[in-house]
Amino acid sequence: MTAAGALNSCAAWAASPSTSTFSTASTPAREVNDLSFFVLAISAAIFIGVSALLVYALFRYRARPGESMEPPQVFGSVQIELAWTIIPILIIVMLFLGTARVLFSVQDAPKPATALDVTVVGHQFWWEFRYPQFNVVTANELHVPLSSPAAPRPTFLKLTSADVMHSFWVPQLAGKTDLLPNRVNEMWIDPLRTGLYVGQCAQFCGMQHAKMLLRVYVDTPEQFQQWIAQQQKTQIEIPGVTQPAAFESKQNSTANQRPPAQLKPASLSSIVPDSITSRDGQLVFEKQACINCHTVAGTVANGRYGPDLTHLMSRDTLAAGAMPNTPENLKAWISDPTTFKPGSLMPAMRLTDRQNAQITAYLLTLK
Amino acid sequence: MDIPSVPVPGQVGAVIDRTPPQAARGTYLEVVHSWVVTVDHKKLGILYIVYALIFLVVAGIEAILIRIQLFVPHNTFVSAATFNRLFTMHGTTMVFLVGMPILFGFGNYLVPLMIGARDMAFPRLNAFSFWISAFAGILLYYSFIGGVGLAGTGSAPDVGWFAYAPLTERAFSPGHTIDYWAVSLLASGIGSIGTAINIIATVFCMRCKGMTLLRMPLLPWLYATVSFLVIVAVSPLTAAQAMLMIDRYLGGHFFDTQAGGSAILWAHFFWIFGHPEVYVLVLPAFAFANEIIPVFARKAIFGYAAMVAASVGIAFISLSVWAHHMFTIGMTSFGNAFFTLSTMLVSIPTGIKIFNWLATIWGGKIRFETPMLFSIAFLFQFLVAGLTGIMLSISAWNWQLHNSYFVVAHFHYVLVGAIVFMIFAALYYWYPKMTGRMLDERLGKWHFWLMVIGFHLTFDVMHIPGMLGMPRQIYTYEPDRGWTLLNQIVSVGGFIQGIAVLIFVYNLVHSYFRGETAGADPWDAWTLEWSIPSPPPAYNFAVDPEVASRRPLWDIKHPEDPDSAFE
Repeated sequence: MTAAGALNSCAAWAASPSTSTFSTASTPAREVNDLSFFVLAISAAIFIGVSALLVYALFRYRARPGESMEPPQVFGSVQIELAWTIIPILIIVMLFLGTARVLFSVQDAPKPATALDVTVVGHQFWWEFRYPQFNVVTANELHVPLSSPAAPRPTFLKLTSADVMHSFWVPQLAGKTDLLPNRVNEMWIDPLRTGLYVGQCAQFCGMQHAKMLLRVYVDTPEQFQQWIAQQQKTQIEIPGVTQPAAFESKQNSTANQRPPAQLKPASLSSIVPDSITSRDGQLVFEKQACINCHTVAGTVANGRYGPDLTHLMSRDTLAAGAMPNTPENLKAWISDPTTFKPGSLMPAMRLTDRQNAQITAYLLTLK
Repeated sequence: MDIPSVPVPGQVGAVIDRTPPQAARGTYLEVVHSWVVTVDHKKLGILYIVYALIFLVVAGIEAILIRIQLFVPHNTFVSAATFNRLFTMHGTTMVFLVGMPILFGFGNYLVPLMIGARDMAFPRLNAFSFWISAFAGILLYYSFIGGVGLAGTGSAPDVGWFAYAPLTERAFSPGHTIDYWAVSLLASGIGSIGTAINIIATVFCMRCKGMTLLRMPLLPWLYATVSFLVIVAVSPLTAAQAMLMIDRYLGGHFFDTQAGGSAILWAHFFWIFGHPEVYVLVLPAFAFANEIIPVFARKAIFGYAAMVAASVGIAFISLSVWAHHMFTIGMTSFGNAFFTLSTMLVSIPTGIKIFNWLATIWGGKIRFETPMLFSIAFLFQFLVAGLTGIMLSISAWNWQLHNSYFVVAHFHYVLVGAIVFMIFAALYYWYPKMTGRMLDERLGKWHFWLMVIGFHLTFDVMHIPGMLGMPRQIYTYEPDRGWTLLNQIVSVGGFIQGIAVLIFVYNLVHSYFRGETAGADPWDAWTLEWSIPSPPPAYNFAVDPEVASRRPLWDIKHPEDPDSAFE
């Protein structure tokens, strides 16, 4: 499991996981893959047979110089027409039966009691993942447990959309399923190998459709439990900030006198100057419109329009996979999201550089 | 049916018209005026074709820009907003402003000539249909200079050519991008329906003496089939555009999911148009193949009755397959199974057609001139397009392939590999009839070979990134996905096709002035349009022709072995 551990570290960005539909790691993708080779083989045979006849006819019946006679005129033959009607019908019956078997076994698979439920909500241009069994909400990076044959634990996804149509596609795990507003679709995966699986939105959903990337981390059952336990923790509110009136009165007297809070690595000082504390950042964050759209569980921030930030620093990427989650990128993203994703619905708040640094300092504590 | 009691071979010989083409051209203004006010089916046909060729070049430029942007990952050649406009306009243009008009153009030009009529049934409806279609195209392109202006590509539509709801609602598409798209498609739909009614009336009411339905050449047969399909398929699109505009401006909630509307409803409306539309475009391509392949193989079409039945069969089946575009939208497993089977059924009549063309060239004496070269490439490419179509009909596999570059490769195989190739074949074949001059054969061979090489570089390779997980309609992609080299090959192929089309455009213009004189019948063909001068006089036929078989000119040329003896 060290490989999976490595993938979960920051080095995961450099790794290049496959998006090939032929490199499967889950039953729905595998069954489709087997079917696809069956169909490919039949198609290849038809192609070779028919094109060989065509090439032969073109060569054999080319006009030769000096011949002026028209060839014998043939108008048709009922027997031959019947033959090339009936043979394709037989091929189609075979293909259809093969398809129906996979279609029903994947789409109508019963849901076992051990299954993990995840609700996926598509947004322009990011993914919301909710784990109703654990009261966990996260964004863009889905964690699911391994489903080994010995201890099967498939993940059943309920898919819906908050705005326009999207489509959930991680080719190694399963085919795609669309996310529609006003409707709930379902699909399932049972990943058979741990590791990182990537994909992206497969239904055009607006300007940044191309950067609505998806990451699925398949953890061992133990890792998954740890991850869930970590995600269930809430963050700490600053006393007094929950009451806006009190916040206003205390702003000048006490806010600046608080001792520096959480740790800040020295290497960050170019991005977040040492004079800035995360507590200042939290004040700025909670005073600005940030909290209208973002949730940080345990604090006043409870917006649902943008991604849940409660454990932002547990994620490898920012902005639905648009960039690695580094302090530089984080600050740059907050300063002006449109430089990374023009058309992103997160506005540039036009804050001062200091305020951006403060918010970055705060977000860096959301582990 | 009105069959002449004694079929006399060679009877049409009497109708061959020796009148010289109009000598006096008039002033420049008079010429322009004559084209604007014309109700002549031949002039309108040429107007349609020229209009479509202009938009073919425009859509080609859009495609080239798309391919430059995708040449390297994280490219910034165009912005995300511009890219989305480019692919939307490319798709919309190719289907509504190139495919439909050029096919209607050939229909207009050829159907009356091939059935021995002097014009379409409703000449003024014909002119109205063309001009409203032309208006639709200009309206759609006017969007480029609306909104933020040309530099930001104005308010050109940016939602993909199938414009899925609710992205098209005002909440997600403020401004007028969708309005341009919806209104211009409404207008072009009216033009298409007008032309379809006209072709049906012409084919069923204006055939010359002796031409029973089963003596009609296959081209008018297929155009009649297509016209029925247009009436059935374009109407839902027109209705859907009206519903969308009601949603946007009159407080309707058909597709407005925020107020209880349905996104799937739009998908159903669009694809009940969209899939038959594929056959609306491809059946005329089949029609051209049905005329060109026999002439260059020097043999009558094999299995005429089977070809007619297969065409009508395709049209019927095509009305029951639309939801194969929606296998991932969340239909029940039985729904998915139904549309899998219905889609596979299309391959039976389609297969019959391919086998009949094969049997037509079997035992012939094939002349490899440019129209035939394009037709041969069409046969191979359409075979592949059919097979990838079967792959996409496998609903379970479609969950992987849907909306990927595999789909893009498949439908370009149909739209370019089959339809555009047959349009080129048709232009090489009938250009002499329309202008009186041959297209240059040497330039034609350059055009053909560059087109074939470019096409296969682009669209063969394009299947692979799809199977490697690359979705369509993305303005950029990640460098670590292994798609880069494949995209570069695809782009290079696209540039080669661009060069091929430039050669073709040069050939069209050059040959119009300098081309070799064609004469009435340059290909030694057998249908009625070759019995009159090139270009034909305004009245087409000096004397109403009378036919006794499917190949009246064969009967004249081979009085010792006339077809009419066997029919």
